[in-house]
Amino acid sequence: MLFWTTIKLALRSLAANKLRTLLTMLGMIIGVGSVITMLALGHGMQQQVLSNISAMGKNLLAVLPKWTGTNGVINATRENLTVGDARALLRDVPQIRRVTPVLGQGEQVTYLNKNTNCEVVGCATTLLVVHNYTIAKGRMFNDFETRLEAHVAVLGPQTAYDLFGVLNPIGQTINIAGNQFTVIGILKSKGSRGWFNPDNQVLIPYTTGMDQIFGRAYLDHIDMQMAGKANVKKVLNECIAVLRRRHHLLFGDPSDFQIFSQEQLLQTVSRVTETLTLFLGAVAGISLLVGGIGIMNIMLVTVTERTREIGVRKAIGACNGDILRQFMLEAVLVSVLGGALGAVMGVTLSHFIHFQKFVAQVQTSNVVIAMSIATGIGIFFGYYPAWRAAQLNPIEALRYE
Amino acid sequence: MRPVELMTQTAPAPARLKSRVGAVAAGPGLIRTHNVVKRYVVGGAEVRALDGVSVTIHEGELVAITGSSGSGKSTLMNILGCLDSPDSGDYFIAGEDVSKLKSDQLARIRNRRIGFVFQSFNLLPRLSSVENVELPLLYAGRHHAAAKAREALEIVGLGDRLDHEPNQLSGGQRQRVAIARAIVTDPAIILADEPTGNLDSRSGDEILKLFETLHQQGRTILIVTHDPDIAAFCPREINMRDGKVLRDGVPAASFAAKIGD
Repeated sequence: MLFWTTIKLALRSLAANKLRTLLTMLGMIIGVGSVITMLALGHGMQQQVLSNISAMGKNLLAVLPKWTGTNGVINATRENLTVGDARALLRDVPQIRRVTPVLGQGEQVTYLNKNTNCEVVGCATTLLVVHNYTIAKGRMFNDFETRLEAHVAVLGPQTAYDLFGVLNPIGQTINIAGNQFTVIGILKSKGSRGWFNPDNQVLIPYTTGMDQIFGRAYLDHIDMQMAGKANVKKVLNECIAVLRRRHHLLFGDPSDFQIFSQEQLLQTVSRVTETLTLFLGAVAGISLLVGGIGIMNIMLVTVTERTREIGVRKAIGACNGDILRQFMLEAVLVSVLGGALGAVMGVTLSHFIHFQKFVAQVQTSNVVIAMSIATGIGIFFGYYPAWRAAQLNPIEALRYE
Repeated sequence: MRPVELMTQTAPAPARLKSRVGAVAAGPGLIRTHNVVKRYVVGGAEVRALDGVSVTIHEGELVAITGSSGSGKSTLMNILGCLDSPDSGDYFIAGEDVSKLKSDQLARIRNRRIGFVFQSFNLLPRLSSVENVELPLLYAGRHHAAAKAREALEIVGLGDRLDHEPNQLSGGQRQRVAIARAIVTDPAIILADEPTGNLDSRSGDEILKLFETLHQQGRTILIVTHDPDIAAFCPREINMRDGKVLRDGVPAASFAAKIGD
């Protein structure tokens, strides 16, 4: 039988039972729609987290003291990272290009009668490059000022707004924990990252911080930037060797520090979010399966209802394959049309969610995959009813009331 | 080796082209069954629905198959219509042995060689007259199906009802569409199962007149009926009882005059 005629007949018999067809399709619509939406949400979340990590800088390594504790409860943070460690890393590991010691804590910062509570960070000039900050106004403090333990500060844009409003803060004097600092620069906004807002901080020279504000000889962490094409594993091993030597650790002693690489973090996070995305998609996929069972159910009813028609078709010369194709086509059409409507729904829903402060990114490949699965389900669940129809005995089918 | 098979190998179905009405007595016959047996098992007991039926129908004949219910006439029609296969015996259509074919091969034979007309019309709802009539051609994969379907509808006198759906037609008109569907493939034989059973007598007479016309055009028609009046209208009657042919010949009472007036 000619292909287009078969399609025309199938469409017509679907149109004859509009409500039933629509209800059957609903399973596919909801299934495909939710799969696409869930995958879009998962993918959007992954992209957001990854871009947050990337925004921290490029080719980052961070050395932190190792936590000690029992049963996962942190009870002490070792104070063992020094400025000397930072210098040694820069000097002895060739692939390390920039290093900045970092130490900080929350302090009250005031200007005249205004005050704000924010993170005061002691760091080196290189922090700007390592963490990919840009100066919006004024300048960063330089190495000379660092050596002098100068009382200079660079403000995050949020902090600057909180203290100065629309006034120009450059050259003004602020008070940090009882010490006068001159504002010399403002950072460009990077946007909050949830757990840490880089727009709300005050950068001061680490020397000033250690000796005059925090009174600490130890660093919170050492941030480093590697050369662009460095072998991360090799650099990590070299850093570990340098630090173990400096910390006088013997062979077999556990390290009292840990080094995180941005690359590893990116990999771990994207693995985790990918798994999460797949899980979301699989949960939504169950509704596709249920939709498929719905199609099978309705097709079985349809075959029974149209037993006589099948008998007539067989009597006038339809072979088993013709009948099989006709009913398969109806099932596949329902699932394909349902899948297409579901794709429209999923994309629309994803866009709607996207504008509600969530991030949802629809990937074309996911739409294609969801629709292919819908088609496959139509074929899988449509086969048995169609096979039953094809096997009907024409004499009994003609006699069926 | 059975003589019947030898015969078909030497003379493969030339009858159809040679003549339509004449030469009835000569040749192997358009349709020929030989000792056909069909058994059913009902409640553990074997019932012979057909018990050695041998009939020969020549091209251009108009034959009635009669008998009471349970006589085996429906079973014979199912086998003649290739809807069923005999348990034993042979069945030839135009020289081709069709008694041992598989279901898809039988479907092909039904499609090309046989036109069915049913008591309850059995048109497909939601399809127009033309679409119903062209269906066998579509299953045959033939081109210009719509044009041929229109032609067939003209023959049965429904040239003005081409796009009507079955529920917009009267019973007689529906049966005409069914007859158009039966003749559109130009089959070897038209099998009509109680074609007037669901019609009032006026429509029934019209349908019989249409069969008469088709018969005069040289088509081979078999009408299965329990109505002696319809049997009398046919030149030949095959009367069945208990799965056997009881009588085969000119009907007892001629009814043709009543139709012809």
